Amino acid sequence: MAATAAPATMFEKIWRSHVVVDRPDGYTLLYVDRHLIHDGSYFAFQRLKARGLKLRRPDLSFGTPDHYMPTDTRRKEDIANPDSKRMVTGLEINGAETGVTVFDIGDRRNGIVHVVGPEQGITQPGITLVCGDSHTSTHGAMGCLAFGIGQSEVMHVMATQCVWQKKPKTMRVDIDGALGFGVTGKDVILAIIAKIGAAGGTGHVLEYAGSGIRALSMEGRLTICNMSIEAGGRAGMIAPDDATYQYLAGKPYAPKGAEWDKAMARWKALPTDDGATFDSEIMLTGPAIAPMVTFGTSPEDAVPVTDAIPDPSTAADAVKREGLAQALRYMGLKPGTPITDIRIDRVFIGSCTNSRIEDLRAAAAVAKGRKAVVPSWIVPGSGIIKEQAEAEGLDKIFKEAGFEWRETGCSMCLGTNGEIGRPEERIASTSNRNFVGRQGKGVRTHLVSPAMAAAAAVSGHFADVRKLMA
Amino acid sequence: MTQENVPARVPFTSVSAVAAPISQANVDTDQIIPGRFLSLPRQTMVPHLFRDQRYNDNGTPKPEFVLNRPEYANAGILVAGRNFACGSSREMAVTVLVDNGFRAFIAPSFGDIFFNNCFQNGVLPIILPEARVNDLLRFLLELPGAEITVDLPSQTVKGPDGKTDQFKIDPFRKDCLLRGVDEIAMTLGYEADIAAFEAQSVMARV
Repeated sequence: MAATAAPATMFEKIWRSHVVVDRPDGYTLLYVDRHLIHDGSYFAFQRLKARGLKLRRPDLSFGTPDHYMPTDTRRKEDIANPDSKRMVTGLEINGAETGVTVFDIGDRRNGIVHVVGPEQGITQPGITLVCGDSHTSTHGAMGCLAFGIGQSEVMHVMATQCVWQKKPKTMRVDIDGALGFGVTGKDVILAIIAKIGAAGGTGHVLEYAGSGIRALSMEGRLTICNMSIEAGGRAGMIAPDDATYQYLAGKPYAPKGAEWDKAMARWKALPTDDGATFDSEIMLTGPAIAPMVTFGTSPEDAVPVTDAIPDPSTAADAVKREGLAQALRYMGLKPGTPITDIRIDRVFIGSCTNSRIEDLRAAAAVAKGRKAVVPSWIVPGSGIIKEQAEAEGLDKIFKEAGFEWRETGCSMCLGTNGEIGRPEERIASTSNRNFVGRQGKGVRTHLVSPAMAAAAAVSGHFADVRKLMA
Repeated sequence: MTQENVPARVPFTSVSAVAAPISQANVDTDQIIPGRFLSLPRQTMVPHLFRDQRYNDNGTPKPEFVLNRPEYANAGILVAGRNFACGSSREMAVTVLVDNGFRAFIAPSFGDIFFNNCFQNGVLPIILPEARVNDLLRFLLELPGAEITVDLPSQTVKGPDGKTDQFKIDPFRKDCLLRGVDEIAMTLGYEADIAAFEAQSVMARV
């Protein structure tokens, strides 16, 4: 940036450097530096082909099948559902036809698209990145502008390497002070959503900042940005710092040598300037955040594990009151019940929110020497994470504790691969959405951190992980 | 290989249709079309709109669900609570609604990606103040089968109470809807700008 420029937010700097066309009516054609593709992008390839259009920049597009592949096998021929099989094999075929790099099933680099991007160094500070998946907001933790788009926009990006955008507003979310023992990025983002609501960030890009964020690892930051969409946000982002650079250095697609040095000079100019203004700002006190558990059917229905189920009659307005009452009926819960009295039937540790190595280490630390008393799955975020966890012996800890150690994929987060729960089954899940029917018809989902999920697995009910780790 | 049938884009001008009320807040796109149906071709997905709210386990319709009531058999407009269609980016949430006859959606706020996806499919999401949406929901619940008129050129919504509200829409989106424009065709018109951008070095852009 020129020294004389007015103070700008990181969002503003990245936006400005990607404008292809600014129309007088307020719409901007924004250039896309990286396009991530998954097996759900099948129909976009079909529509592109049907229109006789070509992929403009296959060199900037990377694919990994994740949504439709079962996690008990690595053989595509084992996929029972023919529609799912078509989606998974379609990515391999479309990749070969169009020249898109695909980290296919069986490749150790295969995994959940929002885990693979940062892990491969495809996601870098200062870039724009899109993907036909709402959790694309994850990548913003690397200091870039990343957001989810629909299937028609996926096709548009394939054809033009651009996307039409109206400039969003900005919100600064300050986490003041480091987190307490046993409290993670997952608890931070659930506390934020509980505070501002599931629509609190609508139309905004959220920049997470403050000493609480600076003290977090990349894994924790990726988890926070991942659930920006659950706060209604278009994207989430965190300024790059030494943690970012250390994470990125040496990754396969990260710049090397002199290119790295040049990139560093650009990246160091990215953070929001002193004096830059946001459209809105909120603040949470880091040390005051406790391990969180959701109790309803919106991610905003989250309380500290030390609390009880709230009474809908105390809700702020009629819509919220009726919504909460309906949510509690679906969840089979009564107001006033302490969270730690809620018994669970099953545990799922995985998803683009919480399946990275640090997540698995945190869960293993709780599982070690204990026994899961309900069926509990561990689904690593990528083949590389699975390998690393096995090298660290985490798989052994999990297996000895009675957890099921599975292959990578989106799995029970949304069940598109057929891995779903039974009606009324109560699941402690490290995923991102506790929506009605998200993990299967009638399934009751409670969102928690990996350590809290492991604590629930070995207790049979929600438990304050800080007591188990003391 | 299966091709997805995508209907040709028709210009959007105005719609007068029965409006169905869904008053809950935060209705997410997983409810509109559950994940287990997402790999189906578009034409076979149609009956699965709001599947789990609409049908019992044995496949019989739940009579109490709004879209199962005979008054709403020809509904073309949906009026919903705040943060309608939040969550997953699945564009099928729009297309399955379109394929069930809906052309316009009215709510105090929408999920961002659903809102964008509507324009990609030639249908209109309208934001009205929450108090007015609540009035509309009340009228619709009292008068099942009542109609609403949405007029894009004048940017107005006429409720069953005869009251007309003005709504805002970006001129870009309005123009695209009115002309039935396909964004890809339009963007390809900017080919020279895209090529010029790509020719710049990364350093020149910052």
